[in-house]
Amino acid sequence: MGVSEPLLTADGVTKLYPGGRVGCRDVSFNLYPGEVLGIVGESGSGKSTLLNCLSAKMEPTAGSISFNTRTSGLTDIFQLSEPERRLLMRTDWGIVHQNPRDGLRMGVSAGGNVGERLMAIGARHYGNIRQEALDWLTRVEIAEDRIDDRPRDFSGGMQQRLQIARILVSNPRLVFMDEPTGGLDVSVQARLLDLLRGLVRSLGLAAVVVTHDLAVVRLLADRLMVMKDGEVVESGLTDQVLDDPHHPYTQLLVSAVLQV
Amino acid sequence: MTHAPILQVEDLAKTFTLHTQGGVQLPVFDNVSFTVSPGECVVLSGPSGSGKSTLLRSLFANYLPDAGHIKVRHAGGWVDMVTAEPREILAVRRETMGYVSQFLRVIPRVPTLEIVAEPLLAQGVTRDEAEARARALLARLALPERLWSVPPATFSGGEQQRVNIARSFIRAFPILLLDEPTASLDQANRETVVALIIEAREAGTAIVAICHDAPVRDAIATSLFDVTEFAAAA
Amino acid sequence: MSKTQKDATAGSAAAAYNFAYLDEQTKRMIRRVLLKAVAIPGYQVPFGGREMPLPYGWGTGGIQVTASILGQNDTLKVIDQGADDTTNAVNIRRFFAVTANVRTTEETAEADIIQTRHRIPEEPLREDQILVYQVPNPEPLRKLEPRVVESRKMHAYAEYGLMQVKLYEDISRFGDISVTYDYPVLTNGRYVMAPSPIPKFDNPKMHDMPALQLFGAGREKRIYAIPPYTSVKSLDFDDYPFRPQEWEDVCGLCGADDSFLDEVILDDKGGHMFVCSDSDYCGKRRAAGHVGPMADDAAEAGYGSE
Ligand SMILES: Nc1ncnc2c1ncn2[C@@H]1O[C@H](COP(=O)(O)OP(=O)(O)OP(=O)(O)O)[C@@H](O)[C@H]1O
Ligand SMILES: [Mg+2]
Ligand SMILES: [Zn+2]
Repeated sequence: MGVSEPLLTADGVTKLYPGGRVGCRDVSFNLYPGEVLGIVGESGSGKSTLLNCLSAKMEPTAGSISFNTRTSGLTDIFQLSEPERRLLMRTDWGIVHQNPRDGLRMGVSAGGNVGERLMAIGARHYGNIRQEALDWLTRVEIAEDRIDDRPRDFSGGMQQRLQIARILVSNPRLVFMDEPTGGLDVSVQARLLDLLRGLVRSLGLAAVVVTHDLAVVRLLADRLMVMKDGEVVESGLTDQVLDDPHHPYTQLLVSAVLQV
Repeated sequence: MTHAPILQVEDLAKTFTLHTQGGVQLPVFDNVSFTVSPGECVVLSGPSGSGKSTLLRSLFANYLPDAGHIKVRHAGGWVDMVTAEPREILAVRRETMGYVSQFLRVIPRVPTLEIVAEPLLAQGVTRDEAEARARALLARLALPERLWSVPPATFSGGEQQRVNIARSFIRAFPILLLDEPTASLDQANRETVVALIIEAREAGTAIVAICHDAPVRDAIATSLFDVTEFAAAA
Repeated sequence: MSKTQKDATAGSAAAAYNFAYLDEQTKRMIRRVLLKAVAIPGYQVPFGGREMPLPYGWGTGGIQVTASILGQNDTLKVIDQGADDTTNAVNIRRFFAVTANVRTTEETAEADIIQTRHRIPEEPLREDQILVYQVPNPEPLRKLEPRVVESRKMHAYAEYGLMQVKLYEDISRFGDISVTYDYPVLTNGRYVMAPSPIPKFDNPKMHDMPALQLFGAGREKRIYAIPPYTSVKSLDFDDYPFRPQEWEDVCGLCGADDSFLDEVILDDKGGHMFVCSDSDYCGKRRAAGHVGPMADDAAEAGYGSE
């Protein structure tokens, strides 16, 4: 067991905000290739702070985060030069933002949005780029004839699916998702979840999914971390944490959901 | 049986602590030890509330025991389901240990045929073959063909139960955990499921089952394990 | 007649100004910036631009560059859209004639320094010449990435996928790359650069040009440069390669089929013709005896006669 190396490791990750407010404190874990980690907790518990640190958007105050790069193995992401880190962010990594506005270019066509990462790594054949964009639109269930439309004319669910296509086209190994189904109607959420689940499994993607929706992690995540006041209070196999919660806070979280 | 055990339970203990209820303690069992070998079917017995489901769920790592070990022979070694990493547990569930719960908990919105075929697809069986085998099994379990393309969310209890069983028996797991596999089934279907269980057992699957129905229990069990004997002191 | 001349009135007026208007300290500062720009082809170097006695948009960036490199014995040519006789070109030429008392010319070959708005002369430039462009918008990424810090990083790390997205969008919407002016280029294989609003027809001339090319943006306070014999590649796709403008017609006056043509309306009955935008080039050809198909009609309409 455990022959493969972790893809991402967090070691004592702590983020203090000015004034000493705790964003997150002493978070450690290993994420393995193909593994989906869910992070749950109420709003303000530090989920997004942690995600921002993990995805290199924010440097932690203490602790380290390493990613298993294709060229040099496990590497501290904040020891990488900025261009190396930015390259990682648009090739091996992808971020699905809660607000599609943060993850899409609203004034650029769907095809251009999907093609951008290809062009960023040097694709210079229009026909090939377009074909690949079409393939990905199909895979995320966006009709081919919408390829030249701008995402601002898309529904919320379509925008989220376009974000996903835009990321997956570069064949990433790790995807960060911040409330991927937030702000969507229940039926649209369900369809998006099905799609995500299928893609994550079929592509063998590793993912870190932040959400306050336990149904989302139940469906997507292999394992779970429960956060409260910036700290991880419980973690483990997803169904174990949800069905046999040990920490008082987790029990409250799970029972609160059951009662709704 | 001459086979070496494939499942070894050692000194297992489980107490629930209900923090939302003022920290009340619910001791369930203590010092549970037993082994199961390929071809054996151990049926857990004891009255309602004695902890049979808790034990079975612990074996599957759905519940986390407080003490003891659950050693499973997997991929040429032993995995302790009490201490293993999530990804190791998931690997055991994928390859070694199947679980049929009283209730169907599968992915919503996925059609029945797909749900049943999925374990085969995950093993790399071609879609054509996987679907053919799924159809054959669903037919054997007498699930009406018109339901195959529908997600089981709206099915009756008995229909859901059969989907659940089909999904677990479509491939041969070395270890199968069954929680009331025939509970909501009619006589004919119950006999089909009993036949499936016996076939699996005779093919070398190690089975741990909960089963209140005496005729079914007698048909499948190679031994009984009384959970009440291990009731933990409150 | 030679068009090279010295403004007879300039000598006395010049005394009231620093040579070429700018004080020596400012000129030295700009020359230092120019050296840096030449050292990093296509990279936009910020500079402390001075207020000029002309509104932005009149070429204050180009004027400051020209003022900083102009020597007393240099001959200056100024063109606007290829022509020496437009208001903008005439004003700038007069400005330097007055403030620096230098020789000015309309002949490309005669000039040491050519300040230009919107064109590159048709006649190939030489190693001993300098071309100074007036630049309104130096940042090729600006319309695509409004965040200045982010666009600087994109240049710093050569992240130019977004520039390509713009061209992709053009093809998907119009069937081809529709940019005709200020067509972005990759300079020395490194920096994406705005060539100023010259027609894409002129882009190939920038590549491997023997003359030094300097770019001044007054409002944005940026200077950049292309040293002699530097690679300048117009961005494109493998299956949609860059193509300069082409005309079915030739110049109505001189018959040239290799120059950038402007359409000219001859009368109010829809009569029109195409003529070289580079007036010096056209005049030279006609003086050498080349006659275009519309030369007579044009003369009748009172156009193009010297
Ligand atoms: N997730 C849980 N959290 C808290 N207490 C639990 C949980 N699951 C079971 N229990 C408690 O543990 C004890 C054993 O329950 P369990 O379901 O294992 O019994 P069982 O033997 O399977 O009963 P039945 O025959 O009725 O199915 C009961 O007191 C039950 O209320
Ligand atoms: Mg039970
Ligand atoms: Zn001409």
